[in-house]
Amino acid sequence: MNATLPISADQAVQAAAVPSSTAPKRHMAVVRITHWLTTLAFIALLVTGGEIVLSHPRFYWGETGNVNMRPWLNLHLPSSRHTVPTGYGYVLPDQNGWSRYLHFQAAWLAVGTGLLYLLWGILAGHFRRNLLPTRSNLKDIGMSVFQHLRFARPSAEEAWSYNVLQRISYLLVIFVLAPLMVWTGLAMSYGFVSAFPFSVRLLGGHQTARSVHFLATILLVLFLLIHVLMIFVAGFRARMRAMVTGRADVDATSSRATIRSGSDAAEGVNS
Amino acid sequence: MSQISRRKLIATGIAAAAGASGMAVAATLAKRNDLIPPDAGGIYGPGEALTYAAQRVLTRHSMAREFSRSEISEKPFANEVDPLSDEFHRMEAGAFADWKLAVDGMAARPGALSLAEIRSFPTSSNITMIGCEEGWTYIAEWEGVPLSYILDRVGALPQVRYVVYRSIQPDWWESIDMADALHPQTLVTHRMNGADLPVPFGGPLRLRVPRQLGYKSVKYITRLTLTDDLKKFGKGLGSSAPEGGYAWYAGI
Repeated sequence: MNATLPISADQAVQAAAVPSSTAPKRHMAVVRITHWLTTLAFIALLVTGGEIVLSHPRFYWGETGNVNMRPWLNLHLPSSRHTVPTGYGYVLPDQNGWSRYLHFQAAWLAVGTGLLYLLWGILAGHFRRNLLPTRSNLKDIGMSVFQHLRFARPSAEEAWSYNVLQRISYLLVIFVLAPLMVWTGLAMSYGFVSAFPFSVRLLGGHQTARSVHFLATILLVLFLLIHVLMIFVAGFRARMRAMVTGRADVDATSSRATIRSGSDAAEGVNS
Repeated sequence: MSQISRRKLIATGIAAAAGASGMAVAATLAKRNDLIPPDAGGIYGPGEALTYAAQRVLTRHSMAREFSRSEISEKPFANEVDPLSDEFHRMEAGAFADWKLAVDGMAARPGALSLAEIRSFPTSSNITMIGCEEGWTYIAEWEGVPLSYILDRVGALPQVRYVVYRSIQPDWWESIDMADALHPQTLVTHRMNGADLPVPFGGPLRLRVPRQLGYKSVKYITRLTLTDDLKKFGKGLGSSAPEGGYAWYAGI
């Protein structure tokens, strides 16, 4: 461990008392591994999904939709097909082949990782203990909203738990948006719906499934942007270290003064 | 190294070994049951193999969704094809009287069927959706001879595992496994929405495979080859789609 990392006196004592492998972790290994596998899969899905949309950047409701029909949303982007009337005088290169291959491979990674995380989260009580908002969480929701709007740095204790807005948004992503992506994705598969026709009937049709898949993507990208922004607000290095190594050293985020005084004590202990 | 981390390391090792051997068993089982697609060799092979195997386990006998007559698209979209040859236009001028569908490979009675013969065979029809990998769709009523009827008629040998089909368009050929080839909705289609299949939609003959994307429904088919090994065709990837970077299995 890098001994120059500032560490509070309390932490240093704690670190000296127990071997490093049993020191309390901010994020369990399962959380860290599934987090980064999901990140990898999400980036691949987003890029390839964007490429696939470019071959027909128009969206419809119901079962059918093609260039002879009126879309509810026309993205007005140049297309990788010249059969799509875009108003642009040029056609982008076709990237659908590898994009579709990678999209489905990344989808398998996302689904496998997601199932592992869900199963573990339920069995280990992760969702109940760490993500379900507590009564006091909910009571302070107004204050939390206010602090987020001010982009205030979170307090030191927050490095060890999720705040109420985090809990609500994570639960929405895990239990609403991610399942909706999988459902609407499968509902566009001709093979899948031949075995499970209700999966697409329930949504209102093939093109509705495609539209909802796209809208849910926008919500997930919005989540990602806020998620990353909040990591910068809270202290990029500390939050990244916590999600990579699991260690949540209280550092230069909010209590710089106390850390300074304790940093001498930390030297030599963890080096 | 502490006691706990050593125990953890051993547990992780055992889990990894169990996982690896589990995957090896799954791969062997998949291979034995024809669940590995012909284009599973590349970096996207694992995803392709998972998709194909999972869908084949779920969909071997499932039926493509059928729609009501009122749901037939008023303005179906005929995707573009490369310019058709002079030979094609000559046959078109003669109402395709000279059009032939050759059937060869592992058949007891290989030969060539004329369009008139094919039109005299018993037909089946379905109102199904055709969709492009680009994302657009339309619904039409398709009518034609079940491919299984033709396979029966030519005496397909029991060891046939794939049917390779070719367009009159050069470099446009595809193949399907027996789950799709023998499927009741897979039709050698010569009629659409109650009329002869129009040329822009693949007339005079199009092989409709409604449980897969539109690019598997090859237009202007002239030849069927019954085989037990796709390695012998083209680059060995199963069809022209993977040679152009697209997946062989298009059920998704």
